[in-house]
Amino acid sequence: METLLQQIINGLVVGSMYALVALGYTMVYGILGLINFAHGDILMIGALVALQAINFAQHTWPHLGALPTLAFGLLVAIPVSMLMGYVIERAAYRRLRNAPRLAPLITAIGVSFLLQTMAMIIWGRNYYSFPQLISTTPLQPVPGVYIAPVQIVILIVSALLMIGLTVLVNRTRIGRAMRATAENHRIASLMGVDANRIISLTFVLGSGLAAIAGVMIASNYGIAHSTMGTLPGLKAFTAAVLGGIGNLGGAMLGGILLGLVEAIGAGYIEQFSFGFFNSSYQDIFAFAILGVVLIFRPTGLLGERVADRA
Amino acid sequence: MIKLLEARGIHKRFGGLQALTDVSLSINKGEIYGLIGPNGAGKTTFFNVLSGAYTPESGEFVFSGSELPYGEPHKIVQRGIARTFQNIRLFRELTALENVMVGHHTRSTAGLFGILLQRKHVREEERLVTERAFELLRYVGIERFANTVSKNLSYGDQRRLEIARALATEPQLLALDEPAAGMNATETSHLRTLIETIRHDGVTVLLIEHDVKLVMGLCDRVAVLDFGKKIVEDVPAIVQKNAAVIEAYLGGAHA
Amino acid sequence: MEELARIVPYFGTHNPKAARSIVIAIMLLAPIAALGVGPAWVRILDFALLYVMLAVGLNLVVGFAGLLDLGYIAFYAVGAYTWAFLASPHFGVHLPFWVVLPLGAGFAALAGVILGFPVLRLRGDYLAIVTLGFGEIVRIFMNNLNHPINITNGPQGINMLDTLHIFGWDISKRVAITDDFSINPLLFYYYVFLGFVVLSVILVKRMQVSRIGRAWAAIRDDDLAAKAVGINLRNCKLLAFAMGATFGGVAGGLFGAFQGFVSPESFSLMESIIVLAMVVFGGMGNIGGVIVGALILSWLPEVLRSYAVPMQTAVFGHVLLDPEILRMLVYALALIFMMLLRPAGLMPAHSRYSKPELVLGKGGKGAEVQA
Repeated sequence: METLLQQIINGLVVGSMYALVALGYTMVYGILGLINFAHGDILMIGALVALQAINFAQHTWPHLGALPTLAFGLLVAIPVSMLMGYVIERAAYRRLRNAPRLAPLITAIGVSFLLQTMAMIIWGRNYYSFPQLISTTPLQPVPGVYIAPVQIVILIVSALLMIGLTVLVNRTRIGRAMRATAENHRIASLMGVDANRIISLTFVLGSGLAAIAGVMIASNYGIAHSTMGTLPGLKAFTAAVLGGIGNLGGAMLGGILLGLVEAIGAGYIEQFSFGFFNSSYQDIFAFAILGVVLIFRPTGLLGERVADRA
Repeated sequence: MIKLLEARGIHKRFGGLQALTDVSLSINKGEIYGLIGPNGAGKTTFFNVLSGAYTPESGEFVFSGSELPYGEPHKIVQRGIARTFQNIRLFRELTALENVMVGHHTRSTAGLFGILLQRKHVREEERLVTERAFELLRYVGIERFANTVSKNLSYGDQRRLEIARALATEPQLLALDEPAAGMNATETSHLRTLIETIRHDGVTVLLIEHDVKLVMGLCDRVAVLDFGKKIVEDVPAIVQKNAAVIEAYLGGAHA
Repeated sequence: MEELARIVPYFGTHNPKAARSIVIAIMLLAPIAALGVGPAWVRILDFALLYVMLAVGLNLVVGFAGLLDLGYIAFYAVGAYTWAFLASPHFGVHLPFWVVLPLGAGFAALAGVILGFPVLRLRGDYLAIVTLGFGEIVRIFMNNLNHPINITNGPQGINMLDTLHIFGWDISKRVAITDDFSINPLLFYYYVFLGFVVLSVILVKRMQVSRIGRAWAAIRDDDLAAKAVGINLRNCKLLAFAMGATFGGVAGGLFGAFQGFVSPESFSLMESIIVLAMVVFGGMGNIGGVIVGALILSWLPEVLRSYAVPMQTAVFGHVLLDPEILRMLVYALALIFMMLLRPAGLMPAHSRYSKPELVLGKGGKGAEVQA
């Protein structure tokens, strides 16, 4: 069994990826009060599009080098995912702004299904191996602790993105418009904010982050397939709720925390349950946390406004 | 005069706002009792505490001699207190008849197995409940809409339906939250007749209202709340002349 | 029945009695017609009936009480695994169906209450996600409870489940009438399942037009007002979960007996969503609607399946959309288009929770119902 420090590192890596996806959920929920069920599948689209682009690049420009190839993959995947997010909001969710309670959620479920189906049509249901362009050979900075370069990159990139988003939301005009729209989009539009544009922007940003997370997940585990988005999506939603839905800092905190709980929990669960449970029960942590938080402290850790849609 | 409901020292705060401070009043059986005061005085909060939607920080209600439980609205209804809502909360997708039949829920006993097996006493009860609900619709004057989905009724009819539904719970005390809101003079006078009939038929009525003329003409006694405190409780004639009341409505720090 | 009868073209509106007879005739003769096309189609019909049961059960939770349960398939799993535990060589226990089915239903109801308790105070979206988590947790347990003690046999599932024996008659065996003519057991299963479906519909209808049904509708429409009229929210919601689960559990037991094996794969999130799609597509809250929705959405993918492959091979030279994908596509589009274009479903709920004829008389005054 790995050392605690190792588990913490693993947890931080997975947690940062959850955090990136959680940001998308929390931004959309904050503004529309909608759980974008399809968000996890945007992650999947990002990964598979990147894979396609990388394969193309490796074929057409075989001497390009690992990092530029990866960058190319991202350069293609991110705009495609952003476009998807934009289209979904315009085509499906916008029409349901004033619909009865369950309609948007049910539609979101349908959209999620549709995305998976489309992915299966284009890429089939196979599991593809995702080229690991950043090395996964673990380094050993400290005895007993292994961290691979790809994991280091994930940590750094996630941190940069989270900082960047925080700056955008808190220090810029657009960020102010986003916060205002999240508070009350009708009043914000009375104040001159084009609420529809901001909402679209929210979806676009969230989708971009999800695409990057998707590429990270694919790079870290070396696999990509058409249903890879469901579970991370649910877990990221749990993270957003844990941190306080609607709250950006909460999404980041929740993501990291969830990653840590999963990693450490998986490590010790066998001990604590006298061998009855093992690490394949790992996924239950997320669901259990979700249930516990929603029942006992629905506003989450950094508890903020909870949208009043029911 | 038998005391039906007594409120003793009710305190309710929401975060930093003290909504009700030491509110005590008593309602006698058979009375029509009015609760008035400027906007924000705490009248609806009082209702909500009474009906169990909120739990007070301190104080209690004594109803027919025994204390009322806190925070459990369905138990309050069981004990015999029914309420209506300021902004009408009907079951919009149900018909008028069904809305009133729902009101009978606490007083009927049909259980799962009886219903699944359609036993005789369940079928009998269903018939009785349906008939009684229809009678209540007739009582408030909207029986011709029995089979109309309630969201399609006019505003005035919806108000009457809500009262019929509350009456279906067979209450001893009927608490009406601004029943005359949005009504014109004719409708208000019909409402007044209805309330008097209800009282005549043995139900005590507690009324929140802004329509001062209605309250003063209809109520036996009136309590006035301002900033969460009761400032006077007496017959309308005296309350009308009370200086503090006049100041609360006309002068002072709020409009 | 009246709702189903109404959709029969022409007769539905002009001659309800005839429409009703038509519906009954279709119900009784459908499998024989299907058999004419091929036994595989009878099998599809049998599964369709199971889906109808599931849809009717979920409709109770979602359509009547307004509780969006995304983990409904867990109750199906409980029923199926109960059959696997108590009527198969797995533990060597072979109890008869009239013991195992009620037990499966009972366990499912218990699971419904266990799920219901913690989610009592949750609203719409959150309720949905937590129930989804519940469904997944059940599936993960089914998948992993194979060590240290083997309870569920993990991902391989349990097979060689007992078939349905009614009074000693094993209905999975062909019955020879003459030397070269025998009755396909798939037909027997059809009529047994039909019996269960009819029973379920009768029971659900009774609950709908009753004190319980009205309480559920009240909670769905405005739970604050429901409380204010004396309804005990906790008990009513738990009852909704438990009753909905019961139907799922019975269907699960029948599924186990019919299919002969159970594995966690059959009880995934996708299955919960498929049942939800049937309820939504058909018309939430309308029993007839969800029956039609379930029938259409379980048949359509199969029909496409048998045409899609040869057609695509003919047109494109190879198969672009394999049947599994087509199936998912059908459900995804059903959900999306229904929600965007006709959220009330194919047959919007004109559901009535009362018998106004008791006070109005047939065709009496004010007898119009406006939805």
